[in-house]
Amino acid sequence: MMSDRTPDVGASRSSARGRVSRRALLRTGGGAAAALGLGAGAAVAVPRLLPDPSYPPATGGLEPFFGPHQAGVTTGRQSSAAFAAFTLRPVMRIADAQRMMRLVSDDAARLTAAQPALGDQEPDLARHAARLTVTFGVGPDLFGRLGLAAARPAGLVDLPAYKIDRLQARFSGGDVLVQIGADDPMVVAHALRQLTKTLRSFADRRWVQRGFTSAPGGFQERQRGESRWGHGGSSPQPALVRNLMGLVDGSANPRPAEPDFGSLVWSAGAPAWFAGGTTLVLRRIAMTLSTWDELDTSGKELAMGRRVATGAPLSGRLESDEPDLAAVDGNGQPVIPAFSHVAQARARTPEERFLRRSYSYDDGHADDEDTGTGLLFASYQADIGRQFLPVQQRLASSDAMNAWTVPIGSAVFALPPGCAPGGYIGQGLLS
Amino acid sequence: MPTRTTLTALVAVTLLILLAGCSGQTPATTAPAPVGLTLRDSYVKAVPKDGEMPMSAIFGVLTNSSDRDITLVRGASDVAGSVELHEMAMEGGAMKMRERKGGFVVPAGSELTLEPGGLHVMLIGLTRDIKAGDTVSATLTTADGQDVTVDAVGRDLPNANESYAPEMSSGDGGW
Repeated sequence: MMSDRTPDVGASRSSARGRVSRRALLRTGGGAAAALGLGAGAAVAVPRLLPDPSYPPATGGLEPFFGPHQAGVTTGRQSSAAFAAFTLRPVMRIADAQRMMRLVSDDAARLTAAQPALGDQEPDLARHAARLTVTFGVGPDLFGRLGLAAARPAGLVDLPAYKIDRLQARFSGGDVLVQIGADDPMVVAHALRQLTKTLRSFADRRWVQRGFTSAPGGFQERQRGESRWGHGGSSPQPALVRNLMGLVDGSANPRPAEPDFGSLVWSAGAPAWFAGGTTLVLRRIAMTLSTWDELDTSGKELAMGRRVATGAPLSGRLESDEPDLAAVDGNGQPVIPAFSHVAQARARTPEERFLRRSYSYDDGHADDEDTGTGLLFASYQADIGRQFLPVQQRLASSDAMNAWTVPIGSAVFALPPGCAPGGYIGQGLLS
Repeated sequence: MPTRTTLTALVAVTLLILLAGCSGQTPATTAPAPVGLTLRDSYVKAVPKDGEMPMSAIFGVLTNSSDRDITLVRGASDVAGSVELHEMAMEGGAMKMRERKGGFVVPAGSELTLEPGGLHVMLIGLTRDIKAGDTVSATLTTADGQDVTVDAVGRDLPNANESYAPEMSSGDGGW
């Protein structure tokens, strides 16, 4: 039994001091040995960032974190998502932001590899990744705040105020975005909690918007001319993804196989550090379902410009058919009404296209019948001003669907390019 | 009776033998074999220097890739006045931290986990703030007198409060 100097509240300081002086002799001895060229040789051990081979890959798949682009943009949409925005502490400087991004990038690299974060207090929640992706973004104000106004991407443009907007601060703005997706809501919740804890020294959480979609498991690929069953889940899932109005969601999305997909989504480098990044427009679109319920199917289809059952444009037969805005019926009336959503949203130039990856939300309370359900509209594009704004302007002024939707939140973010092991997201901006 | 010169020679020889024993080598050897000990997934609790309890702790997984057991007996760091190897043990009905008798033994080809509520490398008397995202270095010394330098990244930890005092409530309110 050693002569115990067990520290407790009162004694810790004095006993610590006592041990220091006892240690001094040994340290001096070691120093002398080193001076004589004995017993030297330091092996340097550094904290590892890479997945630990003792943890096997989880079932449900892993999405790689490292790469030229961040994951979670072209990744097949997972069934659960959370978007969380944070406000930077006023005292933050660039060196603080570097530390912040190193820490959260490390968290993301571990969690997406089905490993606990460092100091993870629920490590068991991390063993199953379920295709987890963690994507980081920076809001417009962050650049000026850190003295980096000149580095703000040209494509990161604030949206103007629209007449249809009823924006709430609790769903709008933000300096730092964390976008989380997984096929398991527990995984999303754990990742969000861990990242919020890590960010606590640097930023306060401003809002969280949680969403879901009915597409668990693999990427939903639409084939021309057929609906294909998706994979994953306990029963075959239809390929078409819908929103809570029952309408098909994501029609006419740019596809990775198309030649201009890369230039639509990823910045070519405006400025240079942003090459391989993208921008995100996130708008919370509430559905006024009480009045939507008063419509019959044909009313819905005329407002949307597409069939409810199939998502096909009213001028066509399949969801993948190009809408023909010039088509007229036997009475000379346009088949697709001029003020329908499809007619107003349709790209007038090739660059008016953007990648949509939206989620549904449904977390209203009893008094929120007409704002508690809706769409987390998420759009990814290289340049908000050139690609998204012209379309949004037309929709804000002329979309028939405005009768049944209200934007109640809006935020834009720049998503930096991806990183390699040893790096961190945003390194090109901050270093 | 030994002369002063003989005594001095005896002391010098004894010292040399003792020091050689410490290092496990004879004088004038070239570079020693690598230790085979690393610390992975390491982190250190972020603590301000001027707080109530300027102490912190390093956690992680010690990995021994050699074919012999390695025993760590002491440590040093520029971030702390002193470094100790600690364990948690039940004493008088409460969990308390104390120096681990015999140091940390990492078995050959195996690992030893340092974690809150368990073994840890204690940093006492911080010389500077440890902030989240900082890198802290410490040198751990084996029973053979070989040094291993380890790094750890600062993390905000609501737990790991045994470092301070078992009776104190743990940190902030959380959610």
